[in-house]
Amino acid sequence: MPEPLIKARNVSLEADGKPILKDISLDIFRNEIFGIMGPAGGGKTSFLRLVNHTFRGSNVKIEGRLHVLGEDVLSDEVNPTPLRRKVSMVFATPVVLPMSIFENLVYGLRIQGIRDKSRLREAAERGLKAAILWDEVRDRLDKPAQKLSGGQQQRLCIARAMALSPDVLLLDEPTSGLDPISTFRIEEALKELKKRHTIVLVSNNTKQIARVSDRCAFFLMGELIETGKTSQMFTVPREKKTDDYIAGRFG
Amino acid sequence: MTPKRAEHIALGLMVSGAFLALAILLFIIAVIMIKGLPHVTLRFLLDNPMDMGRAGGIFSTIVSTIYLLVVSLIIAIPLGVGTAIYLTEYTVEGKVTKIIRFGTECLAGVPSIILGLFGFILFVVKMGFSWCVLSGGISLAIMILPVIIRTSEEAIKAVPQSYRDVNEVLGGSKWQGVIRLVLPNAAPGILTGIILSVGRGIGETAVVIFTLGTSLRTPFSIFDSGRSMAVHFYILAQEGISMKNAYATAAVLVFSILIINIFSYYMMHRFVKGRT
Amino acid sequence: MPATAADIRKKEKIIQRVFLIIAFSSLFSLFLIALFIFIEGFPMIMKVGLKDFLLSTRWSPTRGHYGIFAMIVSSFWVTIGALLFGGPLGLMCSIFLVEFASARWRAIIKPALELLAGIPSVVYGFLGVVYLVPLVRDYLGGPGLSLLTSCIILGIMILPTVISISVDALVAVPNSYREAAFSLGGTRWQTTYMVTVHAAKSGIITALVLGMGRAVGETMAVIMISGNALKIPTSILDPIRTMTSNIALEMGYASGMHRQALFATGIVLFFFVMALNTIATLFARRKAIK
Ligand SMILES: Nc1ncnc2c1ncn2[C@@H]1O[C@H](COP(=O)(O)OP(=O)(O)OP(=O)(O)O)[C@@H](O)[C@H]1O
Ligand SMILES: [Mg+2]
Repeated sequence: MPEPLIKARNVSLEADGKPILKDISLDIFRNEIFGIMGPAGGGKTSFLRLVNHTFRGSNVKIEGRLHVLGEDVLSDEVNPTPLRRKVSMVFATPVVLPMSIFENLVYGLRIQGIRDKSRLREAAERGLKAAILWDEVRDRLDKPAQKLSGGQQQRLCIARAMALSPDVLLLDEPTSGLDPISTFRIEEALKELKKRHTIVLVSNNTKQIARVSDRCAFFLMGELIETGKTSQMFTVPREKKTDDYIAGRFG
Repeated sequence: MTPKRAEHIALGLMVSGAFLALAILLFIIAVIMIKGLPHVTLRFLLDNPMDMGRAGGIFSTIVSTIYLLVVSLIIAIPLGVGTAIYLTEYTVEGKVTKIIRFGTECLAGVPSIILGLFGFILFVVKMGFSWCVLSGGISLAIMILPVIIRTSEEAIKAVPQSYRDVNEVLGGSKWQGVIRLVLPNAAPGILTGIILSVGRGIGETAVVIFTLGTSLRTPFSIFDSGRSMAVHFYILAQEGISMKNAYATAAVLVFSILIINIFSYYMMHRFVKGRT
Repeated sequence: MPATAADIRKKEKIIQRVFLIIAFSSLFSLFLIALFIFIEGFPMIMKVGLKDFLLSTRWSPTRGHYGIFAMIVSSFWVTIGALLFGGPLGLMCSIFLVEFASARWRAIIKPALELLAGIPSVVYGFLGVVYLVPLVRDYLGGPGLSLLTSCIILGIMILPTVISISVDALVAVPNSYREAAFSLGGTRWQTTYMVTVHAAKSGIITALVLGMGRAVGETMAVIMISGNALKIPTSILDPIRTMTSNIALEMGYASGMHRQALFATGIVLFFFVMALNTIATLFARRKAIK
């Protein structure tokens, strides 16, 4: 058994006196797509935000241990900046910055102080190819990114994250607002990406989890109900709640 | 009285109120322009005042006004925008923000004559700057500070939170987010506030007369005294020196203020449109 | 630059400190203003005695009399008068703008009224002298430069303050209130009067109080149109001298005890304005709590 890239042990999270995550333990390994599914308010986004150290709230109480790339990200000593470069996140709604496509892509490099033109170009191209967007935008990199279609914008966001060559890519419902074709493109890109990266994919579309993930977890009201191989979870789930959810009986 | 009648009377009152206010504005602008603009020639703008302003133009007062505004903006913009950045980016709502907001509100309510007294006693007398561009500039900066804080805060708040999130997940520090995303996107709104405060500053008299002074010489150093256009107009009109030149000066004043307001209105609209 | 976690946190901490210090600039200015006005004016009040300073009508600095009662009364009346002229007019404008005007009219009238705030006070004063003063003199009598003219001009000058804040208050009233009143069969005016204005009451009061703050502090226009006579006005056609205009008129040549007396007048004025501001803030806060 290889050492997991993300290792959560009894992670509990509370904000504003409200429990958000309860006693979560799970492992995510290299070069897999790990799906997280569950109904709204289950704590999926919060979990991702813990992983890259961007959870914000008042009165936050955290317990347990969460190791990401060997580093304890729940400790006060963690340096968030390099962590976020290695663990990149893409939000549910595509957020393109009001700049050109190129400047969007290299934003993460520019803030590292990288000015070298060829390095920036290289990173932009790498990102776009990873998100399968290169052919569509290669001749208009200097055009405003906000002119792109919704699906292209979301892929641009993935490309922007990939331009940093992260080890882990956290995707929070990346296809929730997209048409089937854009969704398909993104799923294709993900399957390609997992050859060299590790992907955590949050989705409340169970079919998508079934289609693309290798292993997955089911979050319900802050609790981890079940985790395991996707093929097993979708055929012979151990828990009744998982079965109900997959069958569409709630959520 | 039937509800229908009441409705008509009320509506009539509202409409006439609004149009009275509008009429007053138009009257002010029309009178000043009609009586003043014919005397505003290039010579008037580019000649220095002579014989206390009875003859000649207003060149030195234009220079004084611009100089004064520039100095006050250099002071007020960093402080005002900085305050807005602190309030929106570097803290959470709480006691401290409440105190700062209350202080800003109060400062906005301080009458200009008090600011004039303050500037006079602190800068002119106690610190020994005498009447000069620096004394006037600092005093005026304090006057426009609340305007800049308020407009900047609104502009910064209007920048989508998601931009900051993107900066964060791509490994940017808060400061990088402010410099690279927040400020550039808030710039039009901040600029609108700056333009508005320039409009305020141009017309201000009570603060300026006690801190910048009334010298008709063109100021060079920031320790030189000067006379702003508004002060010049006040002296011309109040001492009955020259009605013709008073109107002409007023026309220049009101015209610049008109332009400034229209420009800032336009900026604001572009800003709002850019957002949606 | 391989910065450690501690380094980065330290840098951000420093940046935050710097901004915190900057953020206190307005409060600090306010403090300095209060401090220096007090240092200059307070000893004089102690010397003359608070009662003689506030309640005597004899202002004659050359003979050592420093009573500002007449000016306090004048400032008081001019503020009330400005409110009587500007308040209703401003409210009419705001209600028209928010409840009745079409979007097109609003787009014209609102910026125009904001422009009213940009006109310098000296221009108001000047036009008051040239156009309003003769009217008052010829039709109503008296010298024309009077309490009445000051009230009218100040009433106009506080319009932008009154309008902008009360418009905000009216706009903030949820549409559901109006719809509920409509559905009960009210006319538009009934709805406006009984529901919208009522719901926006504290905001409207804030607007009026801040308008008063503007009026009591206004200086240059008042100097030009009030006549500057040093006595308690007995009629609205009497000339007056407010606290502000007295300060501005005599500051140019005052020295010693006289100058201190002007700063002491500034203290009184400061108290007036801060009291009005505090009242306005309290009303604004009440709205926020609701
Ligand atoms: N910063 C916070 N402070 C307080 N409560 C929070 C915070 N973030 C999330 N919550 C609460 O925690 C719960 C879980 O939220 P989270 O966004 O993680 O759920 P989710 O599974 O991603 O839901 P969705 O499918 O709707 O995106 C919600 O009830 C939410 O209101
Ligand atoms: Mg979520």
